[in-house]
Amino acid sequence: MTDTERESLGPPGGDWRREYWRSNLRLMVVLLVIWFTVSFGFGILLVEQLNQVTFLGFPLGFWFAQQGSIYVFVVLILVYAMMMDRLDKRFGVEERTEDTVFDPGEDETGVDPETGGSTDKGAAE
Amino acid sequence: MSDIQLWTTIAIVASFGLYMVIAWRSRVKETEGFYVAGQGIPTVANGAAIGADWMSAASFISMAGLIAFMGYDGTVYLMGWTGGYVLLALLLAPYLRKWGKFTVPEFVGDRYSELVRTIAAVAAIMISFTYVVGQMNGGGIVFSRFLGIDIIYGVAIASVIIFVYAVLGGMKSITWTQVAQYTVLIIAYLIPAFAVAQVITGIPVPQVTFGQVLSELNDLSVQLGLGVYTDPFTTRPMIDVFLMTMALMIGTAGLPHVIIRFYTTKTVRGSRYSAFWALLFIALLYTTAPAVGAFTKFNMLEGVNGTSVDALPSWIENWATTGLVTVSETADVINSVSNDPAAGADLTVNNDILVLASPEIASLPAPVVGLVAAGGMAAAMSTAAGLLLVISSSVSHDLYFRGFRKNAGDSERLLVGRIAMGGAIVVAMFAGMNPPAFVAEVVAFAFGMAAASFFPALVLGIFWKRCNAYGAASGMIAGLTLTVGYMLYTLELFGTEANDHIFGISPEGIGAVGAAVNIVVAVVVSLLTPPPSKRISSMVEGIRYPAARRRTPAGSGEQSGTPDE
Repeated sequence: MTDTERESLGPPGGDWRREYWRSNLRLMVVLLVIWFTVSFGFGILLVEQLNQVTFLGFPLGFWFAQQGSIYVFVVLILVYAMMMDRLDKRFGVEERTEDTVFDPGEDETGVDPETGGSTDKGAAE
Repeated sequence: MSDIQLWTTIAIVASFGLYMVIAWRSRVKETEGFYVAGQGIPTVANGAAIGADWMSAASFISMAGLIAFMGYDGTVYLMGWTGGYVLLALLLAPYLRKWGKFTVPEFVGDRYSELVRTIAAVAAIMISFTYVVGQMNGGGIVFSRFLGIDIIYGVAIASVIIFVYAVLGGMKSITWTQVAQYTVLIIAYLIPAFAVAQVITGIPVPQVTFGQVLSELNDLSVQLGLGVYTDPFTTRPMIDVFLMTMALMIGTAGLPHVIIRFYTTKTVRGSRYSAFWALLFIALLYTTAPAVGAFTKFNMLEGVNGTSVDALPSWIENWATTGLVTVSETADVINSVSNDPAAGADLTVNNDILVLASPEIASLPAPVVGLVAAGGMAAAMSTAAGLLLVISSSVSHDLYFRGFRKNAGDSERLLVGRIAMGGAIVVAMFAGMNPPAFVAEVVAFAFGMAAASFFPALVLGIFWKRCNAYGAASGMIAGLTLTVGYMLYTLELFGTEANDHIFGISPEGIGAVGAAVNIVVAVVVSLLTPPPSKRISSMVEGIRYPAARRRTPAGSGEQSGTPDE
């Protein structure tokens, strides 16, 4: 869906932007597949079959529709936020602090000792 | 004055006083504070504010009642109004925050063109306006029942209070007030729910224990002429459940008053965690609502089943004065219950009262009833304030100043924003007095429109660089036309005649089809017309990475904000 013109080219020496964006998209697709399976799959399309099973008084499909899917949604967003934190760090594009961000002047301090190593790795991939 | 009225008055006056203090303390003087709270809201607070902004009169007042009468099919609201946050968190929030600025139309204006911006501003006004009507009506119901005044005056009082509050507010004080309102509404929702669970099952965790009453509830429902509670697709076919859930989800992700909340965080990272906190806070209510629906219905049916009309529980008489509960004149003993006046059942109960009446139905003490009233008002007012902000910013920021007064000063912008808000609320008040359908359903229409217009344009704008202004504009127009047209075709609005549903698709579910049409049209038209300029491509490239520039020398050849193509 994105950057089709660059999809076919091998990254010359590691194009970090492309790598970062592809990792982001991969994570996104995996999480959205889970999102769809649990809500539309278990909660709607397969609800009649799953309702044959009962636990704690709940027919299983009914439980997925009215409880389970919502719990899964919350976890999916948390996982996304945490994985993106890791991804941002690996590629050195994370925001320094909660307060100083989009002012480019704030960003000129060079290598962050904490992330310097890992970003090198990210770029070399 | 009854005990319940006394406690309701105390709870409402005390909570309103609290909001006014907060609103006054965080009032704003600059446009940036008025629209995006100076982008200084901490993550958890923003999550709570989104929760209050999001959970409307429909969520608080109507939803559990709808679920109680729809059974499984009420799922469309539960999943539809939570699942959209996954889309919002993954597809929109971080990128829109990175891009910054004030309004949703402003993003599409920069990304596509001024024409798209105007279409988006008009769509934002239509959507928010439809939505705010439901809030007015919800606020009116609370007032009329608990303070014993006519529903028309209830709506008028609610409007006046929201007016004072939103005009003074601006985004900064709206946000901090919403944090307080979230606290009030969630406590008001959970206390009676936990108490009812404790009374019926002995375990005060309604989410876990409402399974215990389901099989008995199924039997009772059948006895009283209602469908089996847990059976799917009794009120609408599977295709409609699917489409309506989808429409509510993508509508959620496309609602301008929710999206602008992500502009108020300090960082891109903060916007991701805001989405998490928001959904966590929302899930607290949304996982409780089906339990409230099941328990309340169980209590209600058990209380009236086979009871003679003279010996009915007192809540029925209390609520009969609002006209929202009616006992059939021909009935001696209650043998049938319905939420549809046309069904001619012995007892007719409006969906909207179940949550408000649940403490009475379960015989909880009067202070709890008062608390629930304050919670209902908090839900209605916090959402209305958020919506009014969108209306006012669209009218003033995106239409008036963009079109007529490009060089207006800050104080003029603020003034026009406030006037726009005032005008919107007056119109909303009159519409709220004569709403076209149940509160939750009015809101569902707003979702259909948001799904068919904003969501596709925003997602394509972020993830597909090739998408251009022609594509986005024609996509939005096609999606909106189809959705609104179908709603007019199937509903009796504005004197139009109601026609049968096509393929079993209800007017609430059409938004999902509208979104699909929007995407197809946008893609086709974009490919047939020239690609967007290089400047726009770099803008899209820029919003994909959180930091302004890369921090390590590894990417030194291509660092800083400039894209590498």
